[in-house]
Amino acid sequence: MNYEAVIGLEVHVQLKTRSKMFTRVATGFGAAPNTLVDPVILGLPGALPVLNRHAIEQSIKVGLIFESTIPEVCKWDRKNYWYPDSPKNYQITQYDQPICVGGSVEIELPGAARNIMGEHRYIQLTRAHLEEDVGKLTHGDNDSLVDYNRAGTPLLEIVTEPVLTSAEEAVAFLNSLRMHLTAAGISDCDMEKGQMRCDANVSLRPIGSSVLGTRTEMKNLNSISGVKNAIEYEIRRQSRILERGGQVVQETRRWDADSGMSTAMRGKEDAHDYRYFPDPDLLPVRIPPATLQRLRAELPEAVFEQQRRYQSQYDLPYTLTSVICYDHHLSKYFEAAVAEYPEGAKGIANYVANELQRERSAAVGEGMLPMEQVKILPAQLAQLVRIVDGGKITKQNAKEVLSTMFATGADPVGIIRELGFDQTTDSSELESICREAVDANPVAAEQFRAGQAKALNSFIGPVMKATKGKGNPAVIQEILRRILAGQ
Amino acid sequence: MSIDISNSASVDIDHLAKLSRLQLAESEKFKLQGQLERILNHFRALEDVDVSGIEPTAHACDVVNIWDEDEVAEGLTPDQLETIAPAFRDRQIVVPKVVDDA
Amino acid sequence: MEKSLYQLTALEMSGALTSGNISSERLVLDCLERIRTLDESVGAFLHVDEASILAQARASDQRRLQGATLSTLDGVPVALKDVIAVAGEPLTCASRILENYKSPYDAHVTKLLKAAGVVLCGRLNMDEFAMGSATENSAFKRTANPWNLKHSPGGSSGGSAAAVAAGMVPMSLGSDTGGSIRQPAAFCGVVGIKPSYGRVSRFGLAAYASSLDQIGPLARTVRDAAALLQIIAGADPKDSTCMRRDVPDYLAETMRDPGCLRIGLPAEFFAEGLDAEVRKSVLEAADFFAKQGHEIVDIQLPLTKLAVPVYYIIATAEATSNLARYDGIRYGHRSDIAVDAIDIYYKSRGEGFGEEVKRRIMLGNFVLSSGYYDAWYVRAQKVRTLLRAEYMNAFDKVDLILTPTTPGAALRQGEHREDPLQSYLEDVYTIPANLAGLPGISLPCGFVASGLPVGLQLLAAPFAEDRLLQVASQYERAHRFAGLRARIGGDEQ
Repeated sequence: MNYEAVIGLEVHVQLKTRSKMFTRVATGFGAAPNTLVDPVILGLPGALPVLNRHAIEQSIKVGLIFESTIPEVCKWDRKNYWYPDSPKNYQITQYDQPICVGGSVEIELPGAARNIMGEHRYIQLTRAHLEEDVGKLTHGDNDSLVDYNRAGTPLLEIVTEPVLTSAEEAVAFLNSLRMHLTAAGISDCDMEKGQMRCDANVSLRPIGSSVLGTRTEMKNLNSISGVKNAIEYEIRRQSRILERGGQVVQETRRWDADSGMSTAMRGKEDAHDYRYFPDPDLLPVRIPPATLQRLRAELPEAVFEQQRRYQSQYDLPYTLTSVICYDHHLSKYFEAAVAEYPEGAKGIANYVANELQRERSAAVGEGMLPMEQVKILPAQLAQLVRIVDGGKITKQNAKEVLSTMFATGADPVGIIRELGFDQTTDSSELESICREAVDANPVAAEQFRAGQAKALNSFIGPVMKATKGKGNPAVIQEILRRILAGQ
Repeated sequence: MSIDISNSASVDIDHLAKLSRLQLAESEKFKLQGQLERILNHFRALEDVDVSGIEPTAHACDVVNIWDEDEVAEGLTPDQLETIAPAFRDRQIVVPKVVDDA
Repeated sequence: MEKSLYQLTALEMSGALTSGNISSERLVLDCLERIRTLDESVGAFLHVDEASILAQARASDQRRLQGATLSTLDGVPVALKDVIAVAGEPLTCASRILENYKSPYDAHVTKLLKAAGVVLCGRLNMDEFAMGSATENSAFKRTANPWNLKHSPGGSSGGSAAAVAAGMVPMSLGSDTGGSIRQPAAFCGVVGIKPSYGRVSRFGLAAYASSLDQIGPLARTVRDAAALLQIIAGADPKDSTCMRRDVPDYLAETMRDPGCLRIGLPAEFFAEGLDAEVRKSVLEAADFFAKQGHEIVDIQLPLTKLAVPVYYIIATAEATSNLARYDGIRYGHRSDIAVDAIDIYYKSRGEGFGEEVKRRIMLGNFVLSSGYYDAWYVRAQKVRTLLRAEYMNAFDKVDLILTPTTPGAALRQGEHREDPLQSYLEDVYTIPANLAGLPGISLPCGFVASGLPVGLQLLAAPFAEDRLLQVASQYERAHRFAGLRARIGGDEQ
């Protein structure tokens, strides 16, 4: 029998806030242990939570991006369970009235080749709810150490319907989520820093069946490849069991990236009794329509919408849009440059997606130089493209100009002049201007020939004036020496 | 596990002790079981009230949208944590090796 | 005859300080002396840091010299129930599990008291985590009723009431979740106010039941209690349930003529179970009010009979979760016989919590657990809605509700110890105010034949503390019970 996989994802995304979800001590990654704590984070007697408005608004934005329903009222519940990384032994979360309900995420599956757009699908969301992160345990040989820095960081748990069918779709979903959330400034979604974490529920059923099989929950998927490998592994594992006539056991399994295997973690889910109840310390949140309007107005264009617009408005090929639109740093840069030189979109896109990327990659040993460290301003790039489009320098020379701009942050015009790529004053024109200057000042010519090298400067001023500053000083000096030498 | 309130004043004391993370002596459990069942039987008076269509009250005040702006405030230092912690090393709380607890 | 210092009310102390007749240091030395003499038999205090108390008093005297006093109560001593955090001081909640814990931060009310220059004068005994009605559930000591040492002072703020009744401090703070300020105030013959829910910040109050807890003052006069409430009331951004509402001038309200009000006498509070002597005192108080021109109205509050189950279901559910943080991991008692992390939970909590706390944790877990949640917890929340509505509707008809604070005078120590249910049922007169978020005051209104005080309770609509104070003062001004203090340890008449 042939089976198909049914996959649902639960993705935890750390929201980008300055302070924590329920108290105002700072959030952060990589700080010395237990330096981002306060009475609320440590669950000290008497401490009380207070909501972070920004975290709530960021979460609403996530809902708006994916066209979820934002219920008028959402509330806060306590999920009671015991673990040393949970300072109060309950987690504040949203149980039956979450901040976002429904919605869908557009994903793009891998295309047949790099330059061919893949198939697009919409993945239905069940809900998204806000909660607090837990601390971090480091297990030693004899004991464990607990650092509560991460505890209390705002987490948005985004839950999909069980509608994904493959590991590729899961990866595409995470990529789409990351692109959208980073573009809106909601999260950095760096899986290595734990800013995006994923659990996957996997079950198999005979192709064509509408009944769901027994599912297992895969945990500890802390990289994109982890998600892919763990789901593939689980699909293989379950199909082997089913093909042998066995039964899949409902369980939670921990993925071990090193061994490439997963192992059963806990017993049945029913064994947990979280005793959810409304948190008496926190009052509900009521979102008026005006807030939704304000937040909607702050949203960036959805990634694939933007891509379709670039393709139609600027006639850009898929290969360029897939580089620019999938990285909001690049698309923002591109938009800023195009605003300076609207007719040059195509050229700008080429420079952004190719030359600039090449320079960023070459600038650092591994990965890319972050866009915020790139010295070329969008307006400067637009200027360069305008010069190239005007046929004033060759494309080959433009690459070199761009490299210099990348290294120095200087304007392209100055660089072109310095490198002598300025094609407006060609050497014959420059030669005749120099000759005129020498003829106009025989005294200085005499002095130079008599050995006063400084006399050469007397000609440079008039020449620069005549070329309106476009002459390369080094080239001019060379021509003058030749003329004065009588050649 | 759906239980009618009319049968519910029988208490699984071991289960409750586990949910509560309380180590109790057998004599303590026996005594508690009797007391809890007696208390709960008395509380069954609530069954007589018609609560259909009534919203539950979770707070003594009807206010919404109490929140802070996202601005950072001072916290506690690891040294302050050390003064209250039962076991502390490398700026962290020490606990005996943690095993999964379902 | 000149009054001894301990006989002064807080406002009299304030007057003596202002007129320069006395220093805060002198006042505080007198309190400390009285605590040393009497507290062995009363047992109100868990911790008294004499050096810190004297330092605070001297600082207050210094401010006064420089003309920089911070408030009316600058230099006046106030003791706190050991459930309110003061940075650097013990915060045991009368529990073994917090025996050696010191709070690294101040409660909001603590900050306000410090800003008012009040001298924080020791930590007061209580029922463990405020769970109890006799201060017999303290892990450390029992507190006696200063009026009769064989009797209980009530609870859970028994130390707060006893310390004031014995004249060891003029005022204290307690906390009230189901009557824990008003009931011991009644038993000890002092004034106790449970403010409206949301009137006083709970930040830094170790939580018992978050939707019911309020901090409030205990004092020997209504005016003293009003002056202390003045300092601690008001919004706090660190407590989301603390309301952003203006605070009236409570001390001025005590002098304001209430006019002619409608005062409701609910039948359910005068039915079977009420001690005859208590009934007599309370009805005499009602007669007094009628003579002042108020209209006494008979009212019915039939859901009152369900207040006890509703309260014990909701309070224990919240408590079970609030007390989960006491696990021996980050702070507090960690069992030294635990073998692994999970074992730390079971053993630390098994060793660290007393019997009543364990009982309530178990009860709370029962009503929240899977399969029982809707039938018990949600049902109790719904009945709370009905009960709250019943009380709020009553305030359409009357301005105040007048009841006895307790069904009887103070019990002998150890009574009801083996029957928790019986003890729970005794809370029936005080619990409704917590469930409905109402302000309430208990003030002395007489004595039973055995010489123990009787408490009169007045309840008002949320945030009508001003009206409570007007009427309570009207009563106090006309009665000899005002400012009474138990005679103890050879005190003069």
